[in-house]
Amino acid sequence: MAARVPVALRDELATRPGRDTMLAVLVRWVLIAVSLAFLASLLLAPLATVFAVAFEHGWRAYVETFADADTRDAVRLTLITAAVVVPLNTVFGLAASWCIAKFEFKGKSFLVTLIDLPLAVSPVISGMLFVLLFGLQGWFGEWLEDHGISIIFALPGIMLATMFVTFPYVARELIPLMQQLGNDEEEAAITMGAGAWITFFRVTLPKVRWGLIYGVILCNARAMGEFGAVSVVSGHIRGLTNTMPLHIEILYNEYNFVGAFAVASLLTLLALLTLTIKTLLERAGYQRR
Amino acid sequence: MRERFHQPSVLPGFGLTFGFTTFFLSALVLLPLAALVLMAGSMRWADFVRVVLSARALGSYRLSFGASFLAAVINLVFGFIIAWSLVRYEFPARKLVDALIDMPFALPTAVSGIALTTVFAQNGWLGRYLALAGIQVAYTWIGVTVALTLIGMPFMVRTLQPALAEVQRDLEDAAETLGAGRAYVLRRIILPTVLPAMLTGFTLAFARAVGEYGSVIFIAGNLPMKTEITPLLIVIHLQEFDYQGAAALGAVMLVMSFVVLLTINLIHAWGRRRVVATAR
Repeated sequence: MAARVPVALRDELATRPGRDTMLAVLVRWVLIAVSLAFLASLLLAPLATVFAVAFEHGWRAYVETFADADTRDAVRLTLITAAVVVPLNTVFGLAASWCIAKFEFKGKSFLVTLIDLPLAVSPVISGMLFVLLFGLQGWFGEWLEDHGISIIFALPGIMLATMFVTFPYVARELIPLMQQLGNDEEEAAITMGAGAWITFFRVTLPKVRWGLIYGVILCNARAMGEFGAVSVVSGHIRGLTNTMPLHIEILYNEYNFVGAFAVASLLTLLALLTLTIKTLLERAGYQRR
Repeated sequence: MRERFHQPSVLPGFGLTFGFTTFFLSALVLLPLAALVLMAGSMRWADFVRVVLSARALGSYRLSFGASFLAAVINLVFGFIIAWSLVRYEFPARKLVDALIDMPFALPTAVSGIALTTVFAQNGWLGRYLALAGIQVAYTWIGVTVALTLIGMPFMVRTLQPALAEVQRDLEDAAETLGAGRAYVLRRIILPTVLPAMLTGFTLAFARAVGEYGSVIFIAGNLPMKTEITPLLIVIHLQEFDYQGAAALGAVMLVMSFVVLLTINLIHAWGRRRVVATAR
């Protein structure tokens, strides 16, 4: 294991008195073993189970799940929702971080608190907020009913709930980043005659690009995987308002475990991909603030 | 001329971005929150109390808050050990383990829910050995605690890691050369330094666990009074079109969230004061 330790650290460890006593080595390996055992049973076992059950009856059964029309509709709905929600949240994140990081104004901390709010609220409550607004007995329920518009138990409700749950991710990544990088380059560009949009696209966007990607992939992962909030507003109509996580629940409750875990394996791969990109960004030197 | 609302700046775009941000937040956050508050507020006080203090609701609070607290305590212990191992020790696959800590953040809750249930069911990989010992995890409060522990784990580890990295090893070395034992160093140097981080991680893990829905409902038995969490009770009220009842329970949970957020801010303030005090 000595080869894995950076030279400076190895020297430091080697020169520290009392470091390599029997007791120190014992404590070290016991703690590492406890950590790994804890993570193996709580994290790795469930991850492995997803793929083990999905392929329980071989490739054919796995692929068959995705030949099912309802499953395809669920995948399509999840992709459509993410395709609408993620760009909107990205625009919001950019606008909010520009406004909050570049200007001083009254009520700023209130805005920041509102942006943090969805992260502190139960997903069930997030979904319920929209049911109370647009549901049949909600504020606008009757009016919507009279005009034949359905939001709850329909696509717009799913999108609203997903948007609510995921909009903080881009903004929370960009605000501290922009604050730390400062405004010098932007001010120079503006005073030398560059227009607002040129400054934004040619100066600010390149400056914050890694943070932006970081926020967008986290937002996307959450948008595709959101369960609680979407479950409340969706109504679980097969083929119509069933996203992938909801479809997993339906298949699981029908004891179609291979199907449920096959769909789950796609979302697990998405999560693994998200973590990989995230780790690569961090290795490339992007520091979270 | 009226007083300027924002300080003048060379940079353009305040009006546009401020307008868009406030519009977006008003439509998506403030309006729905107002609906919740008014819906719960429009109830008669007696009705509100009847819903919020019903035996079933009290049972769900006991499970939700009890299991969340227990899970946060478990994370306090194991999160510390994991963070310590990741910060202080080098071992094979350390970087991979470090990256995997965030998995519960990235994994959809429905996936972790069904996967945990399968692992801890009577015939599951781990459940069968626990069953031999007479412990049933899935469909009991123990299963709920296990799911909430998984959900809260990254909060504790990620809050503790930077704090542990900041512990001054010089102080530890000095203490050791002066004859302090390991336990004494841990108790008098390491723990006091990371205490604010531990409390923050604990509160974050607890807050996340109280509201958690997806990963719990599969592994909980969802029996009223016994294994029914508060978020599920809200869903049941909504499915019965009892919007007021759902709003009342939601208001209770929201107040709890605010208390938790306030606690975190107080801990932060306390931690900063402590740092300043020791620096003097």
